[in-house]
Amino acid sequence: MILEARQLAIGYPGRCIARELEIALAPGEVLCVLGPNGGGKTTLFRTLLGLHAPLEGELRVGGTPLASLPRREIAKRLGYVPQDHAPEYAFTVREVALMGRAARIGLFGAPAETDAAAADAALEALGIAHLAQRPYTEVSGGERQLALLARALAQEPLALVLDEPTANLDFGNQVRVLRHIRELGDRGIAVVFSTHHPDEAFHGASHALLLARDGTVRYGAPQIVVTAENLRAVYGVGVKVAQVNGTRVCVPEF
Amino acid sequence: MTLSHRTTTAAAGIALIALAALALALGDVALAPRELLAALAGGLGGADQAAQIVWQIRAPRIAAALLVGAALAAAGCAYQGMFRNALVSPDILGVSAGAAAGAVIGIFLSQDALTIQAAAFGGGLAAVALAYAVAGAARGHDPALALVLAGVVIGSLLGAVVALVKTLADPLNQLPPITFWLLGSLASASPRDLALALPLVAVGLVPLWLMRWRMNLLALDDDEARALGVPVTALRLAVVGAATLMTATCVALSGVIGWVGLLIPHAARLVVGPEFSRLLPLAMLLGAAFLLIVDTICRTATAIELPPGVVTALVGTPAFLLLLLRARRGWQ
Repeated sequence: MILEARQLAIGYPGRCIARELEIALAPGEVLCVLGPNGGGKTTLFRTLLGLHAPLEGELRVGGTPLASLPRREIAKRLGYVPQDHAPEYAFTVREVALMGRAARIGLFGAPAETDAAAADAALEALGIAHLAQRPYTEVSGGERQLALLARALAQEPLALVLDEPTANLDFGNQVRVLRHIRELGDRGIAVVFSTHHPDEAFHGASHALLLARDGTVRYGAPQIVVTAENLRAVYGVGVKVAQVNGTRVCVPEF
Repeated sequence: MTLSHRTTTAAAGIALIALAALALALGDVALAPRELLAALAGGLGGADQAAQIVWQIRAPRIAAALLVGAALAAAGCAYQGMFRNALVSPDILGVSAGAAAGAVIGIFLSQDALTIQAAAFGGGLAAVALAYAVAGAARGHDPALALVLAGVVIGSLLGAVVALVKTLADPLNQLPPITFWLLGSLASASPRDLALALPLVAVGLVPLWLMRWRMNLLALDDDEARALGVPVTALRLAVVGAATLMTATCVALSGVIGWVGLLIPHAARLVVGPEFSRLLPLAMLLGAAFLLIVDTICRTATAIELPPGVVTALVGTPAFLLLLLRARRGWQ
């Protein structure tokens, strides 16, 4: 298993957000995390990344307990793609990708040939090599998301955590980013991503996790977790799950 | 670093050397190129008038302008990168005011240069720590705005401290040096002052220089930088200490000379972009050149000597307003 959570409870002292989380992802498996705002997606991700201590239970990355790893070692195993945001400075797309090498570069060091090669390979893999010299502030939201993904790939991680990678993207870019997520799985990277669109659980995810505001947790194969009853229970609106061309889609009831 | 950026930085370096030579020749007694070369060749011990003017009067002052300009620009780059905010600078964060208040208290209590220096550093560090803490506690506001406002407010409080010390100071023995120093001037920089300031600036600059690539990571959100393996809090503390030491040293040497730390990093970023290992050297060269030009104007333009802070403000205010109007999203 690349990423494992056992009997995990997340939250803050005096306020447990979710408990008894069991996650187990093998290489190439993709977990889609769903849940309403305030359901604990952000807290879960910060806990997975070792930025926030779990209340109970244990996390393992590549078999090693996360709590025993220094920050630099975590960064060599886990990549993080934050939500798209307006950056302050106009770094080029390539400079952003190079930042992914930080854990492999010494305190007083600068990127070496191998680091440049890894960053360029990541840009190439995501089809944005032509944007390398463009300011990161001037490319489109979808391209910026891919640049952040390239930065995480340059970390050469075992697993990737993506916070709402399709939020704020137009429809075409949402589909493109989801395709790239599926390709990451094909490379043997375990992927965890969150989304507000339950449909995305059916686009290549092997597992789904549904976090409710009351702290209950539903985890398993997408077809088992993302059902009409579960979505109604968690989001409070009526939904039908239908099949179109062999893919499941969620259709809200009005 | 691409070749074109290297060329730019090298060109700036050559231009700076030419400017320094020009500044050595300009003044009440203007020197022809041949006289200047002869005076320089004569070395420190040169007995003729030209050698004395060049070595005793102009060289220390020019060296002080270069040192203060480069150090303030470097501190400005560090603050702007670290606080993810291109509107901050040693002045706006209250560091300069804190260092000034510390230095004035130092002058009030003792005339010892090292005490004044230590008090300036303590004052600057206290000001930036307070501004950062207040901005961090003021949740619910735009963090960039909160930091700028906190710095400005704390700066004005420290201005009141300076005014109080001036009121309490002995009008015959203490007030004149305080007033003279507060005006901000490079005129009184002696080789002894420089010998104290140079190593202190170096202590601040060396870590920034060594970590020049890593500094880029402080421009990210804290969680992002941590997820990339960066110990954000420790790195930020080290950088705050380094930048504040440089600022305080400059303030102790030459009084508060505003605007350099705000504008020069912007100007350098326009040329080579925000990547810190390219930004830092060019900003230091531009800062040194800018303050050298300003100080040369101050001592040659009119019969009376102008305070450099007046000239930097005259240049800085319109330049900053222009930047504010131009900037939309993402500082270039």
